[in-house]
Amino acid sequence: MAAMQYTVIAGCGRLGSLLAGDLSKQGHSIVVIDRDETRFTNLSIEFSGFTIAGDVVELEILQRAKVDRADCFLATTNDDNVNLMVAQVAKAVFQVPVVIARLFNPAREAVYRELGVATISPTKLSADAFLHSIQTSNQSQV
Amino acid sequence: MRVILIGGGKTVYFLARQFISKGYNVTLINRSADEAKNLSRQIKAVVVLGDGSDPAVLEEAGARRADVVLALTGRDQDNLVACQLAKQMYSVPRTVALVNDPENEEVFHQLGVTVAFSATRIIATLIEEQTGFEEITNLVPMAEGKIVFTEVAVGEDAPALGKTLQTLDLPEGVLIAGILRRGEVIVPRGTNRVQLDDRLIVLGQPETYGAALRALVGGEG
Repeated sequence: MAAMQYTVIAGCGRLGSLLAGDLSKQGHSIVVIDRDETRFTNLSIEFSGFTIAGDVVELEILQRAKVDRADCFLATTNDDNVNLMVAQVAKAVFQVPVVIARLFNPAREAVYRELGVATISPTKLSADAFLHSIQTSNQSQV
Repeated sequence: MRVILIGGGKTVYFLARQFISKGYNVTLINRSADEAKNLSRQIKAVVVLGDGSDPAVLEEAGARRADVVLALTGRDQDNLVACQLAKQMYSVPRTVALVNDPENEEVFHQLGVTVAFSATRIIATLIEEQTGFEEITNLVPMAEGKIVFTEVAVGEDAPALGKTLQTLDLPEGVLIAGILRRGEVIVPRGTNRVQLDDRLIVLGQPETYGAALRALVGGEG
């Protein structure tokens, strides 16, 4: 991996703060953005990056986070539409090489894959994990 | 013409009424149960209760046959996603989004929305132009504001007063499209002379507008 990866994370909820802490520990340079300042208390003590309080759907906030220089952009707010919008802005406007958005509702996933947005759906991941567990427990009973 | 309107409030209500009076087939999408119920009582349109950025709701509203989808909520992210889904999943030929953050206007174009307009920017431009030139009585932006029609009054101090149109020092991209004089409309030629109390219909691009108005009626601008 390159010397110092610069990653911008939109949303500092459970997922955003967890990713921020882990990537920070791995040596990434991190900026986390959240509308609600109090959510930065979710960050672990390993986190050594910067925080910006602001709404990520405002272009100015992304500019302030220097998204144009980011190697990686992760959209993890709890609003699917916010994630879809900012992920596309990061890709199309700021030309970030790696962009991933979290999507709760898998119904929109296929469309956005066509539009070139990489998504991760926790709903789909859990369903897959459940199905996998059911299959393996069935097999062990045979 | 089949139109789907997403959002609520007075704008959507009056737009829907206007479209219906033009004979368009209008469907509304509103996510508040109370507002959706009120809208369905007040106007002759199908009202679908739900989130306009949900593919199933768009489909229920008839997106497959719609000619245009207008997303007019107060949240840019919802307007963008609704327009993109309408275009990608249901091949709606025209999508129109309200942009709340004026800076997102360009971004929305880039992301495939046919028309993105910022109410903030339009109102700001109107106020600026109106206060800059009190002689302006009417201003109509067209083609997404790329060209503007205005009506300006010729007062005693107007630099254009008494000159023929061909001798006016107008910048490129500006045209005097008409002269209103004592209730008559004149489609002018270069030899027409500007008189006191004339009202000039000026067509021009926003960039050159200030210079054009200064040449015609003076003023601070």
